[in-house]
Amino acid sequence: MANDRIVGIDLGTTNSLVAFMQGETPVVIPGDDGLNLLPSVVALDANSQPVIGNAARNALIETPERAVYSIKRLMGRGSEDIQEELKLFPFRLAEDMQPGEVLRIKLGDKTFTPPEISALILRQLKRSAERFFGGPVTKAVITVPAYFNDAQRQATKDAGRIAGLEVLRLVNEPTAASLAYGLDKKQNGIVAVYDLGGGTFDISILKLHDGIFEVISTNGDTHLGGDDIDNLLIIIALDDIRGDLNLDLRRNAEAVQAIRKAVIDAKIALSSQPSVKLDIELPGGQHYQREITRNQYEQLIQPVIDRTVGPCKQAMKDANLKPEQIDEVVLVGGSTRIPKVRALVKELFHREPHTDLNPDEVVALGAAVQANILGGGSEATENMLLLDVTPLSLGIEVAGGVTDKIILRNSTIPASATQFYTTQIDGQTNVAIHVLQGERELAKDCRSLARFDLKGVPPMAAGIPRVEVKFLIDANGILHVSAREQRSGKEAEIQVQPSYGLTDEQVEGMILDSFDNAEEDFRQRQLIEARAETSTILAALEKGKKSAAWGALTTDEKKQIAKMEKALVAVNAEEDYQAIRKAIDALNQGTMRLAEMMMDTAVSSALKGKNMDETDLGEGPTAPHPMAKAEFE
Amino acid sequence: MRAAHFCESCGKVQPPIPVDYFSFFGLSPKLNLDVAALEKSFYELSRKLHPDLNARAGSQEQAWSLEQSSLLNDAYRTLRDPIKRTEYLLHLEGVVLEEQSKSATERARATGELKKQIVPPDLLEEVFELNLHLEEMRMNKKMGDDDPALFEEIGKAKLSLEAKHEALLRELQTYWKEWDGLIDRGPDASTTNRQRVTGKLVDVLNRRNYIRNLVRDVNAAMEN
Repeated sequence: MANDRIVGIDLGTTNSLVAFMQGETPVVIPGDDGLNLLPSVVALDANSQPVIGNAARNALIETPERAVYSIKRLMGRGSEDIQEELKLFPFRLAEDMQPGEVLRIKLGDKTFTPPEISALILRQLKRSAERFFGGPVTKAVITVPAYFNDAQRQATKDAGRIAGLEVLRLVNEPTAASLAYGLDKKQNGIVAVYDLGGGTFDISILKLHDGIFEVISTNGDTHLGGDDIDNLLIIIALDDIRGDLNLDLRRNAEAVQAIRKAVIDAKIALSSQPSVKLDIELPGGQHYQREITRNQYEQLIQPVIDRTVGPCKQAMKDANLKPEQIDEVVLVGGSTRIPKVRALVKELFHREPHTDLNPDEVVALGAAVQANILGGGSEATENMLLLDVTPLSLGIEVAGGVTDKIILRNSTIPASATQFYTTQIDGQTNVAIHVLQGERELAKDCRSLARFDLKGVPPMAAGIPRVEVKFLIDANGILHVSAREQRSGKEAEIQVQPSYGLTDEQVEGMILDSFDNAEEDFRQRQLIEARAETSTILAALEKGKKSAAWGALTTDEKKQIAKMEKALVAVNAEEDYQAIRKAIDALNQGTMRLAEMMMDTAVSSALKGKNMDETDLGEGPTAPHPMAKAEFE
Repeated sequence: MRAAHFCESCGKVQPPIPVDYFSFFGLSPKLNLDVAALEKSFYELSRKLHPDLNARAGSQEQAWSLEQSSLLNDAYRTLRDPIKRTEYLLHLEGVVLEEQSKSATERARATGELKKQIVPPDLLEEVFELNLHLEEMRMNKKMGDDDPALFEEIGKAKLSLEAKHEALLRELQTYWKEWDGLIDRGPDASTTNRQRVTGKLVDVLNRRNYIRNLVRDVNAAMEN
């Protein structure tokens, strides 16, 4: 069915978006604040409830120890390869992290893995989409940087699952952008997509042929983007402040975030103005002021943007193309608004780049197109098919710590390779395989993907078993491994130890919906109990009003009780169980004397030979104090 | 006849049948191949087999689609490239090629094994001289010296090697013709004849790989 409601999600370093194909056009679905961009910022409020987006952005400055941004930089990474990140970003790792464990980030006194934080962002987008459709959304296409490795892709998929989304496909961001562009262009030719976002850089070269979008080559850097420019500007400001004002703010998280916000505004302004004046109020009331000219700024950022040159040249070399052979260049990502970046692209590809689509939205729009294709297509997407590639070579470690590449980078995916293994010792039943990703010759220089233990190899003389291991990279760019011992025909068991990832069990335990439900269930239960108590006490009060004791109360006391009764009725209609309990307690206190007097009446009635049942109390022995709060633990 | 990858009447993906890459495209194992026609065929099959277009099918069909399209991609990648195609054919003929890859070299270096380097006899003198030049340039680099004459010398050697590389590719194509002739003759082609041609193909590939490695070394030295 076409109304399958598969959404396209751009899970960005700085901003995230959700889009959908409405009729023949992809559209971005706005959030509850009416904005298309959801800042990829997560914070915990005073009640340790997560807040996401613009609300969390304020927390970055007010309670920086309870907020996190640019979490995408940590997806699928281990503690040993984020040392650079830790120097430049205020990521606070849990103190009790074990080596080899998936990173855990501290927000207040809680800890979260990067996929869990990404899941909170995804869930917020999911809610926006659900409000838009007026119904549940459970399926999504999520974009990832083309140069993401297996672990980073897997972490993104895990995040989707934790957020309660079935991730039908991971699509590479530049490829998604080309889909959005290709939708209205419908022409054949060679297109280069230059995608410089908040934290990642990708270059992809595609061949468009009658609706087929065939990626020829891709390259990039998953740790290069606008963030790096911000960090340069922050460092300069901090140095200035230390030198000029004799104020060391490097450890002052609030001040650093205030500076960060100011330099980002300055950076954006410098894309359209020749100069900008920084004026930042510092703790203690002093001001940091500085003028930055476009010229100074461009000199400063040159080393950052120059880092995109190597990947672009390599991508052209891999595609076996010269700049002249590229028909169009498309710019994607917020950082491509920088005039210096545009100039660099023009120089690299010898032509003026396209900027017709909003560089912040084009990836999400492309994801929506891909979602539409997966959902069965429509008139607009008929004949459209994406053939993407794997960005990194897949290899296995062989004797001497050398990488033997078995699937080369830029191979169209799905792609597979088969390797044969044997044993070295008589009777050996296990074979260890180390899978790597990367271009370097030595295993230690490549990215370790996983160690596989082939188990259950039938015991035979050394060298006799012949285990066929099939490596398959699926259309998401994620690796699958299967093995079979050929002589016995026995399926060998594979135990995967992902080098940097969550196990299936861990993901199951993190699924947000259940966490959510538990929270919500608890709240509902409390509310139901509180309301039941309200009914009990109000009924008892009605009875009390009819009793002889009521007449003995002063007008003031009656007024007080009436006021508290009104307050309880009002708060009982709301959802806040804690407020209801408070009002119940108040009414209980206020009716204490009434209860005592009613009790006395009941006792004296009994002495006169009447049954308890016939007294005004009428509630039996369990309710000698009709307005008392039921005491159960 | 191409293997039935999908149902002709309903379009559904069928389970993969283990076939060689040529048969996957319904081709006979010939080395002269119309690459444009192969590409067309690749696109057509992609439109049937790709997982994106089978995303709503049952899980069994999805699994087949994944396997079939990976096979399609592997086959296309191998056959469209003249060297890979030739190597693949030799593999089908049961010929084990001497590994000339960089990783094989690295591995041999790491394990201390002696790797068999087949230096084509007609190149012995040229290679000897080139290696001397390269060594000299490395020494210069270390000392921070610059010798433009030497650089030019190496540049000339590189051009000569590239010309040889081109010549070898042309030579390879003449053996392709011989091979394809044998295939056209059908089952009559004797094993001896097949082995004679595959032997020639192996010889050209080895020489070509050797030269390609040299060009790579020279490029690396000149870029540094």
